[in-house]
Amino acid sequence: MKVTVAQLKRGERGIIKEFSADHVPLKLLEMGCLPGNEVELVQTAPFKDPMYLNINGSHLAIRKETALQIEIELIK
Amino acid sequence: MTGKQINVALIGNPNTGKTSVFNQLTGLNQKVGNYPGITVEKKEGLCKLPRGLKAHIIDLPGTYSLNASSLDENVVIELLLNKNDKDYPDVAVVVSDVENLKRNLLLFTQIKDLGIPTILVINMADRMERKGISLDIDILEERLKTKIALVSARKRTGIDKLKELIINHRNISTEPCVNASVIDPDYFGNLRKAFPKQSIYKLWLVITQDVNFGNINRNEIDKTHSFNTKSTSELKRLQQKETIHRYQFINGVLKEALRIDTNAAKDLRSRLDRVLTHKIWGYAIFFAILLLIFQAIYDWSSYPMDLIDSTFASLSELTKANLPEGVFTNLIAEGIIPGLGGIVIFIPQIAFLFLFISILEETGYMSRVVFLMDRIMRRFGLSGKSVVPLVSGTACAIPAVMATRNIENWKERLITILVVPFTTCSARLPVYLIIIALVIPDETFLGFNLQGLMLMFLYLLGFGIAILSAWILNGILKIKNKSYFVIEMPNYKLPLLKNIGINVVEKTKSFVFGAGKIILAISIILWVLASYGPGDDFNNAEEIIRENYTEQSISTEELEQEIASYKLKHSYIGIMGRGIEPVVAPLGYDWKIGIAIISSFAAREVFVGTLATIYSVGSDEEETIKNRMAAETNPVLGGPLFTLASGVSLLLFYAFAMQCMSTLAIVQKETNSWKWPILQLVIMSVFAYVVALIAFQFLK
Repeated sequence: MKVTVAQLKRGERGIIKEFSADHVPLKLLEMGCLPGNEVELVQTAPFKDPMYLNINGSHLAIRKETALQIEIELIK
Repeated sequence: MTGKQINVALIGNPNTGKTSVFNQLTGLNQKVGNYPGITVEKKEGLCKLPRGLKAHIIDLPGTYSLNASSLDENVVIELLLNKNDKDYPDVAVVVSDVENLKRNLLLFTQIKDLGIPTILVINMADRMERKGISLDIDILEERLKTKIALVSARKRTGIDKLKELIINHRNISTEPCVNASVIDPDYFGNLRKAFPKQSIYKLWLVITQDVNFGNINRNEIDKTHSFNTKSTSELKRLQQKETIHRYQFINGVLKEALRIDTNAAKDLRSRLDRVLTHKIWGYAIFFAILLLIFQAIYDWSSYPMDLIDSTFASLSELTKANLPEGVFTNLIAEGIIPGLGGIVIFIPQIAFLFLFISILEETGYMSRVVFLMDRIMRRFGLSGKSVVPLVSGTACAIPAVMATRNIENWKERLITILVVPFTTCSARLPVYLIIIALVIPDETFLGFNLQGLMLMFLYLLGFGIAILSAWILNGILKIKNKSYFVIEMPNYKLPLLKNIGINVVEKTKSFVFGAGKIILAISIILWVLASYGPGDDFNNAEEIIRENYTEQSISTEELEQEIASYKLKHSYIGIMGRGIEPVVAPLGYDWKIGIAIISSFAAREVFVGTLATIYSVGSDEEETIKNRMAAETNPVLGGPLFTLASGVSLLLFYAFAMQCMSTLAIVQKETNSWKWPILQLVIMSVFAYVVALIAFQFLK
């Protein structure tokens, strides 16, 4: 099954896999959301949307719809 | 090169303390204006360098990269690509934050590739020790082919080193540190063949960005078939490749030059975030802060406002008493001074609002509010980023409309712009205060003051209608766009007093000079219209009244007032007012209120001043105007003019009507179309009329 950032629970981490260029805004890449980087879910607003992430030391918040586009591999 | 100023451009990601560095370099020696034709704020300043040299410094809008996604970011690229621009930098200074060096270096490598001498400032160097960060500056300088200044704008260290580097900018290499063309060698090879004289990276930017470009025309590139033109999605993929490629380079450099001791104490950030973005506490704290802001705006600022009010009133008296009688003196005492007073009185509120907003932004808290509110606002077609404009709207819609700029999604941004004028701006406050004092009894209900409750109701009504119309617009507007939302959650910082001070002063100044001009002009025009009239009725007013009263005993004071009001009725403004009386009569107003409403279309706060002029009361003092207003009678129905029905009708009219030319002008600029401001004007005003009509007919 495809695991995405949207499935992370608070405090969980994952490694970003390749993602489709058409669904993820360039700005997100520029802010450090790149394949191979580690992503941690810091906090979520009610209904898990938006999601507050720490991607390799870069702290940012994105909406769930974007989070669903970023595939990851969970770190146990 | 003595005598010549060095042009310096300050560039950097948001939240790197770029503005603090700018403030340290220029002090109060700065000027805030607009870029020609657009409303992007242009900040520039002069910096004195050692050895008698001077630098002209431009603080460019914050951006994450040279791939522009907003008007503010476009400004950065347009300047850096146009060698003929008078502000084209001799040297670029890229400001970075030591804790976010990796991300900040992305922009640095892009600027460097443009062939401009580029200095790297690593700011917040005072935090290095606490965060366990160590840097090898020599390796960094060598690999990035630049000179570095370690700066702490907070502790004021490193600024002299930076100035020294600016003077010696000619010694800095202009060689790029990343070769972007490896991402698609064939494509870039063809580009080079087609335009052998141009910098390859500049060409790439022109192709991918929608910007005006000095000496190369976009069409010229599109027309040249010597290389394969790419589709937008292919270009987008290449841009992603470019970003990844740059990050690979940066990672390599930082592996050698940067060490972070992860054992350093767990930071304040996560502890604060646990509370401030908490699902319950986060909202509770946000609403507590909002309450504090409103308290400050409406309670604390009343003291300086009363002082300003009485100062201007006595200034008026003083002018009348000391200058020779005549038209000129009257113009100053009754037109210009009250007009100026009407502007100055808003300074305390505006300053308080900007004080709070800049503290919230400087500390990094505002991003948390955006995070908390996004989901809720999205239901109504707005964005979490709409919260700042909606809160700013309680001071003035003009800065609020400008604050919508960082909303990426055009539909959300447009809806925010369209509904912001419903929030209760400070210009409505004087109108509310005087009408409420007139028609709402000063009694308590369940321990609350009825007048206070009414005022609060009007504020909530403003927000409520703004949200409701956003929801309706969200359903009506068919704008297709890819929605995305990214917001940086910066570190918490103690705000720098100097930054906040400068920000408050600048914002207040731009309000006073922007809106102020219109208010002043309207007061003068009104005074003229009310002081002159056509025909015998106006010119012979004194004789006519004296004749009528010859038999009766009447005090000179009363007589003078009778003459004044007769004159007013037959002045130009009186004639206009009686012309529109049929339109406003169904709402319960007489011609005088009609005039006040018309003049309010320039700016609402003119209302009280207009009534002051019309009721021929010399000063703006509320009590006196209020007494005169209470004595007015309704021309159609008889009885007092200001009843609960007409008062509520007037309050609702002011709550909903679009009565602000400056806001319309700014909406036109920001949406780049006349369609939206005109729709705003028509829909809001018709809505206001209908609601006021219903309220009056129902309550009377």
